[in-house]
Formats: sequence, C-alpha cells, structure tokens
Amino acid sequence: MTAVIDKTVRTPGRWAAPPRPVWEEEPSRAGLAGKGIALSFACLAILFPLWIVLVTSLSSRKTIDEAGGLVMVPKGITFIAYRELLSGGQVTRAAVISVLITLVGTLFSMGVSVLCAYGLSRSGSFGHRWILMILLATMFFSAGLIPTYLLVQSLGLMDTYLALILPSAISVFNILVLRGFFMGISQELIDSARIDGAGDFRILWQIVMPLSRAVLAVITLFYAVGYWSAWFNASLYLNDQDMMPLQNVMIQLVQKQEAPVGLGQAIKTGQLSGLAVQMAVMVMALLPVAVLSPFVQKHFKKGMLTGAVKG
Amino acid sequence: MSHSTVPRSRAEADESGKTPVAPGGATGPQGKRSSGKLGLRVRLRRDRVLLLMTLPAVVIVLLFNYVPILGNVVAFQDYDPYVSDNGIVAIFHSPWVGLENFQRLFEDSAFWEAVRNTLVLFFLQLVLYFPIPIMLALLINSVVRPRIRAVSQAILYLPHFFSWVLVIAVFQQLFGGAGILSQLLRQHGYDGIDIMTDPETFKFLITAQSVWKDAGWGIIVFLAALASVNPDLYEAAAMDGANRWRRMWHVTLPALRPVIALLLVLRVGDALTVGFEQILLQRDAVGPGASEVLDTFVWWNGVRNQDFGYAAAAGLIKGVISLGLVLVANKVAHLMGEQGVYQK
Repeated sequence: MTAVIDKTVRTPGRWAAPPRPVWEEEPSRAGLAGKGIALSFACLAILFPLWIVLVTSLSSRKTIDEAGGLVMVPKGITFIAYRELLSGGQVTRAAVISVLITLVGTLFSMGVSVLCAYGLSRSGSFGHRWILMILLATMFFSAGLIPTYLLVQSLGLMDTYLALILPSAISVFNILVLRGFFMGISQELIDSARIDGAGDFRILWQIVMPLSRAVLAVITLFYAVGYWSAWFNASLYLNDQDMMPLQNVMIQLVQKQEAPVGLGQAIKTGQLSGLAVQMAVMVMALLPVAVLSPFVQKHFKKGMLTGAVKG
Repeated sequence: MSHSTVPRSRAEADESGKTPVAPGGATGPQGKRSSGKLGLRVRLRRDRVLLLMTLPAVVIVLLFNYVPILGNVVAFQDYDPYVSDNGIVAIFHSPWVGLENFQRLFEDSAFWEAVRNTLVLFFLQLVLYFPIPIMLALLINSVVRPRIRAVSQAILYLPHFFSWVLVIAVFQQLFGGAGILSQLLRQHGYDGIDIMTDPETFKFLITAQSVWKDAGWGIIVFLAALASVNPDLYEAAAMDGANRWRRMWHVTLPALRPVIALLLVLRVGDALTVGFEQILLQRDAVGPGASEVLDTFVWWNGVRNQDFGYAAAAGLIKGVISLGLVLVANKVAHLMGEQGVYQK
C-alpha cells in the first residue's frame, strides 16, 4: 500500500477506536497493556465463578465425580438436573411462585409509582410540595423491623403473598427518578393536548409514558429485580414451606445443602448429582436478570437520581 | 371528561386571556402553574385529578413507613405478643416498663459487640470498598473503543442484579469447604480451607462480597460525572503541556469531587446499616460473635426470641442515631459547599 492510502480515514468498526484528538499523545504500550490486564481481571472475577456454576449444572454425575466437585472444563452437556428440577415438585413450584410475585408486584409498583410521579410532576399544582415532603422524609428514617412486623401481623397479612408485595411496593427513590424525567417533558406538548380536551390520565398514558420508555424500562427492571431477589420478607411473614419463593428454596438447597424434596433418592442412587442440582437452582435464579439487564443497560444512567430534588 | 374553568397553565391562560402573560412567554419559569392569585378551593378543584393520582402511593407510604413509627412504643413496654391475636391490640394490653429495656441493653455485652461489629464493618467498607468504583470508572472512562466499553460495563453491572442469596452461594462455590479453592488445594496435596465459616476473616469476606456485587454498579454515577466534563478543558490542559496524569489530577478528579462528597455523605448517614440481608444469611455459618450487627441483633431478639420490647429498643436507638447522622452529614456537605442530599 502506498502512503496516500495510509492517510485516508478508516471506516471505524464497532470494535475500533474512534479517532484520537490531535492534541492527545499516543498511549504507551505498557499503559495499554496495564489497562487491558486490569479490565480483564475485573471482568474475569465476575465471569469465572458464574462459568463454574453454569458448567457444573450442565455436567453429568460422572464428570462431577471425576473433577472432584466443581467442574471448570465442560465434558459433554446434560440437562438432567434441570429436567428433574422442572418436572414438578419443590423447585418448580417455587420458580412459578417467584415469577408470579415478580409479575404482579412489578405491575402494581409501576402503576402506583408512575401515577404518583406524574401527579407530582406538574409544578405549581395543589399540595404537591407537601406530598413530596412526606415521601422524601421516608428516605431519612426507618420505622424499624419490629414495628413493621407487628403492623403486617395485625393487618392479617401473615401467610399471604400480599405481605411480600405491599410493604415493599414503593421505592421513593424510583418515584423521584420518574418524576424528574416527567418534569423534563415539554410543557407545550402537554398544554396542547389539554387544549384538545385530554384529561390528566390520558396525557399520562398517551403522551408522557410513550416519551419516557427508557426510564420506564429501567425502573421496571429495578422493581422486578427487587421482587425476584427478595427472600427476607418471605422468611419473616410466611410459615408454610410450600409457599416459599425460589430464593428461600435456594437458601435451603444450596446454602444449607438440603436435598430437594422428592429428589433425595435419585441423588443418592441414580444419575443425578446433588451438586449439579444445586448449581442448576443458582442458574435458574440468575438467568432472568442476566438475560434482561443488558437490554436496559444503556439507559441505566437515567435510573440515577442526579441533582437535588426540585420542589 | 369535564373541562376545568380555571387556567391550568400558560397555554390555556393564553387562550382564555384571563391571566396576563409576558410577551412571547419568555419570562417566568416554563410551565409554572399560576398559583399565586387563585384561592385554595379553586386550586384543589383544578388539581383534583393529580392529587387522586398520588393517593395510592401516599396511602402505602403512610401505612408502611409512618404508622409503624408509632409501634416503637413497645420499646417502653414489656410487650407480650400472646396477650392478643392482633399485634397492635397486644400493645394496649402490655405493661409499661419505662426505660427498663434500654437499661438492659446497655448492660448487655452482646449489644455492645453488635455496635462494635457494625462500626468496624462500616469503616472497613469505607476504606476498602469506597475507592474501587472510582478507580473502575476512571479505567472504563479511559477505554475509547465503544464495544469493549459496552461489553465490560455489561459484565461489571451484572452482579448488582443478583440477590444476596445468590451472591453468597457463588462465594460458597469459590471459598467454601467444598469450593473451588479448597478443591484445588486438596488436589495438590494440601488441606482444604473454609473461608465461609471463619469468624476471623468474616469482615473481609463481607467486604469482598460487597465489592463483587456492587462495585461495578457504583461506577455509573462517576461515569455520568466524567461524561459531563467539557472536553475543551482537556485540550486546554494539553496545550499548556499537562501530560495524561496531570490532566487526570487537575481536570478529571476535580470533576468527580461533588459526586464523591455526595456519596460519602450518603454512606456516613447510612453508617449503622451494614448489609443486613448479607450478614443475616451468614450468621449461622460464622456465629453471632463475629457477625452480629445492630440490624441482626434486632432480628434475633425480636423475631427469633420474641422479646419484642427489647428488640424494638435496640432498633429505636439505631433509628434515632441514624437520623442524626444523616442530618449531620448533610450539614457537613453544605458547609463544604456541596449540594448534599437535600438543599437548604
């Protein structure tokens, strides 16, 4: 190639570096290598344990016995652990319960939060400062575990799934993030809809929400992850072991190393490895969030409350 | 849908011509509802739909955040949960004991151990955890290739979305008695080690788990601050002969200062809350001596031992001190010229 072609700008691929500003010095090789090593180390520290968990969950009993426990290098793939866990029984039931609580809870939380955020987002509206103060103040104190427990108990929510949804239904932080976003929507747009005869519900549904898809996606993810990951309220408010969601079953099976109900015999005698079963439960718990969160990733910044709250 | 007869906004006011508007609408805050001249009842009528929308959230917050505050009176009672089927009715039938629960607390060595563990964990996390997201953010920020940046961010954010149950289960596979570390040691003729049940190293284990779960997520706020730096500043600094490191010191780090101050304030205000779920999950494995913090102390005495009055007393002490810490931390932030959590 001639020198002329060298000077033309390459069309940058998505892996390629964008052009460097002229005033910036070329990075040294050592600097680049150092950065590469540090970044790779950070990423591997997260991925390596997940890899072991995934590979072991997909390994046969023979492979696991040969490896002496956890498997790092896969030798053949078998879905026996997943098949056994998902063919009805304790873990299947817990997974269904978790999915349902997450769906219902997230829908409820989003509905209440979006309504409240919009209701507070029109500056100058009646009473919005007072309501805002009531919500904000809760970020500075907590009533405490014992009084909350007594309240939930006396409301008759013990041993109901409402106890897993209502007390944790609202995050004031999420409402403030939504409100901050709604406030940024052009007032002219809302005014013109109002002139056309639209009421507040209709403006929220047809104008504000479609314009806020990104932040709605992030807050939905936050709420959904909250419900999916929750275990403490279930341990506090539910007594019936058959009602427990997936996280609580995971505590029993993985942390306390109990055999899953109904599979004990298969693990003792058959093809099924107890370790593979434990790892499969972990994969079931991490898969939904690992699959969904990267889709929303580029909007995460919008889920941050930046700057002080305006009145 | 009935139409309001009161101007709700500038645009409608323009239409009806009731409210004088500055020419071109250039002055005054955009979209501010004209509230000054209207009576309360008129405004209440105008905004009733908006108020109605906030109602469900307000009811839930009042019920689950404010009403339980009153329940703290059991801290001054010899609360007997069995005197009634209803936990709140039982309050009215339980004898008052004044400050007896607090007196018992101050003489209880387990309480002081919980206080000490809480403070030790707070300082350890402050020193070992806090700088890591800042360094990671600087590292990510210096990566210019968009794909590498996006992929590594996706990986670093991931553990934030894992439950504590899962994070601890993952650590168990790494450092537990049957974990990968023990497995490798045994294969090479050494004894396996079980870090997950060792009270001596527990505080470092807790910190490592927090770093693994949340340090990656913590970079977002710093990346946002870094993205808002005016690139001309870097160019000007480079023109003045500042090299890469000096530019970082004189341009990048000052840009991060407000965020760092705010996060420190938040962290100090939250000092007495150190990973309740995380520690509770591991309390059995390492024993309460090393792992009991204020929150788990409340849980153990209240939920497990049914000594509600005593537990509520410990919870109340924690709550009051925490509230004080938040307010003081904010004051300090304001004095430092930073914004803090709320504005003055």
